[in-house]
Amino acid sequence: MTRQMSGAQIVVKALKDQGVDTVFGYPGGAVLPIYDEIFQQNDIRHVLVRHEQGATHAAEGYARSTGKPGVVLVTSGPGATNAVTGMTDALMDSIPMIVLTGQVPTFMIGNDAFQEADTVGITRPCTKHNWLVRDTNELAKTMHQAFHVATSGRPGPVLIDIPKDVQFANGTYVAPAKADKGHYNPRVKGDMDRITELAALMETAKKPVIYSGGGVINSGKAASMLLRELADATKFPVTSTLMGLGAYPANGDKWIGMLGMHGTYEANMTMHDCDLMICVGARFDDRITGRVDAFSPNSKKVHIDIDPSSINKVIHVDVPIIGDIGHVLEDLMKVWKSRGRKTESEAISKWWGKINEWRAKDCLAYTQEGKIIKPQYALQRLEALTKDHDRYITTEVGQHQMWAAQFLGFNDPNRWMTSGGLGTMGYGFPASIGVQMAHPESLVINIAGEASWLMNMQEMGTAIQYRLPVKQFILNNERLGMVRQWQELLHGERYSSSWSEALPDFVKLAEAFGAKGIQVSDPDDLDDAILEMINHDGPVLFDCLVEKHENCFPMIPSGKAHNEMLLGNASTEGAIESGGAVMV
Amino acid sequence: MNALRIKKGASRKSAYDLKSTYGDEIETHTLAVLVDNEAGVLARVIGLFSGRGYNIESLTVAETDHAGHLSRITVVTTGTPQVIEQIKAQLGRLVPVHDVHDLTVEGPSVERELALIKVAGVGEKRVEAMRTSEVFRANVVDSTLESFVFEITGSPEKIDAFVEMMRPLGLVEVARTGVAAIMRGNAG
Repeated sequence: MTRQMSGAQIVVKALKDQGVDTVFGYPGGAVLPIYDEIFQQNDIRHVLVRHEQGATHAAEGYARSTGKPGVVLVTSGPGATNAVTGMTDALMDSIPMIVLTGQVPTFMIGNDAFQEADTVGITRPCTKHNWLVRDTNELAKTMHQAFHVATSGRPGPVLIDIPKDVQFANGTYVAPAKADKGHYNPRVKGDMDRITELAALMETAKKPVIYSGGGVINSGKAASMLLRELADATKFPVTSTLMGLGAYPANGDKWIGMLGMHGTYEANMTMHDCDLMICVGARFDDRITGRVDAFSPNSKKVHIDIDPSSINKVIHVDVPIIGDIGHVLEDLMKVWKSRGRKTESEAISKWWGKINEWRAKDCLAYTQEGKIIKPQYALQRLEALTKDHDRYITTEVGQHQMWAAQFLGFNDPNRWMTSGGLGTMGYGFPASIGVQMAHPESLVINIAGEASWLMNMQEMGTAIQYRLPVKQFILNNERLGMVRQWQELLHGERYSSSWSEALPDFVKLAEAFGAKGIQVSDPDDLDDAILEMINHDGPVLFDCLVEKHENCFPMIPSGKAHNEMLLGNASTEGAIESGGAVMV
Repeated sequence: MNALRIKKGASRKSAYDLKSTYGDEIETHTLAVLVDNEAGVLARVIGLFSGRGYNIESLTVAETDHAGHLSRITVVTTGTPQVIEQIKAQLGRLVPVHDVHDLTVEGPSVERELALIKVAGVGEKRVEAMRTSEVFRANVVDSTLESFVFEITGSPEKIDAFVEMMRPLGLVEVARTGVAAIMRGNAG
């Protein structure tokens, strides 16, 4: 039995058959037929955002907190171009996302029609793959293929451009199980010889470290559990990238903190001095490596990654293992156990002695004194008062993001959503909306700076409309803090355009949208204010006035190695040479 | 022990100036890329090269399997061994790409290019052009009293040499297809 229906019906049917319950979008001329179908059903909830960029970040928040792909529906032309930032963000951070864009009718493509843009051309470099569907009979197959591509291998955003006449025309619907998925099928099992090689290295390593990344979280909960099993069984220390926080719990006793530019002293020193580095689902990003020619000079490096192009891209590794983290770790544990669960336990406990010496530096130390709230203190209090909640954290981008990574503890995967690769200011607020849609009963907090938050503040309307009690925790220093910090360190304290002038009154702004606003400036009032925020049943704009010139430490200056960290203000004089200044 | 073998100071110019971990010699490789013959596939491949700063020396593309809707892209590229490995891995993860073969390392291969070369002249130069074309086994595919169009097939070097010979004899225009290449022997 062939099932004939309109293109718009095919889109909605395919979404249902793929298990989609939420779509983030914004209507317009070229997607009206699909919006008409959405209006006539109740299985899929449509969340009307206030800007298409918001839809993409909300979908990212939804995807990262659930492990399911996020779905975006926008119109042609400006609808599609506004979604470009979110797609690029999702590509950099490997977030599965399906973006559906309307397009002018096929017979008008190329004529500079109203709201026409070459969407597949524009989005080719910022999607994992994209399609322009010219025939309604191809639509169902393409929809199912899109979900397959977005979620298999290294996840990423995909886009389907659907001309309006294709939405109106009738075509045949094909169910997911019967649809041709194409030849795309990345391997998930790792090479057993390589895995055995790794097991052998684990047996002889005296100074090992596990360097885990977002790939562990993308691989699913089972991968995080296997990572814990690996670390606990071997007693190897674990550090993680920004993207990987929560895969190994922050309260686990093998945890040595985040690594990289603003990572902990102990994590970076451990990376620098180790003799075996097991990179699990991370990609040797420049925020992690610092100076590549001085990166962990004396270690054997093993890299487990599902994407072959990540191997040897930045750092040459001795043992590459291409495969899904969950599958590889499962095989690794089997092999290592069958070989007798051996480690150099004596050497490893000596290694922990060294790590604990580094830890004793207390690299995240700061002093809270006087009547001004330090941003670190605000986050520490937030952590203390919310850590026992069923909590999800999103962030914007900048100093507050790094402090959040340093001072908040994540004990489970999928609880931490941040724009790591692209560094998109304006990510956190819409992402918190996406997370709250997926977890209506949970406490969802966006850690923000005032400048980042203003970039997508229009989404207050969305939060109010859908009664999403997202908490916007703004560390307001009236500065573009990270820009200001770099100008202080690199540009002779000439603070070019890095302050936030003409800021709104955030309490009044919240009230104008019908939300609650709280402002706090006295450290003594902080706890009560945070509790008031948590206990309020509705969105809260929390304006926390903090120290304006606080710098984010520790810091590996650009162009420096892991063992050349700056630990505080005193050590910054002349720290960055002119050679390092050109780096970002 | 220095497992990295990275040139000292390699990263100092920029965070993204990542020098080779193998060696710095520039190599030329010929890659055969089998792709779905779908709209935009060539743009994807070319966009990958330009977006990531890789070189294209020559590129040819045509459908080679009509029933399977497969096209073969032959691309000649240059780079350090690490860059060549990256190019292959990056090509391999494009969704419409089925296979990437590095003909330069996978065994002996045959490379051929076709060129159409227009030469105008009369008298001794015209005779000399005709004589040279015979030495190069070029065919005349068009002739007037004052001109020839030669068709020549061979390695890019042979075509370069022929073009140089024609230059003083009245070379007008050159059209080249770019390299097509295939492995020798019975393996597919």
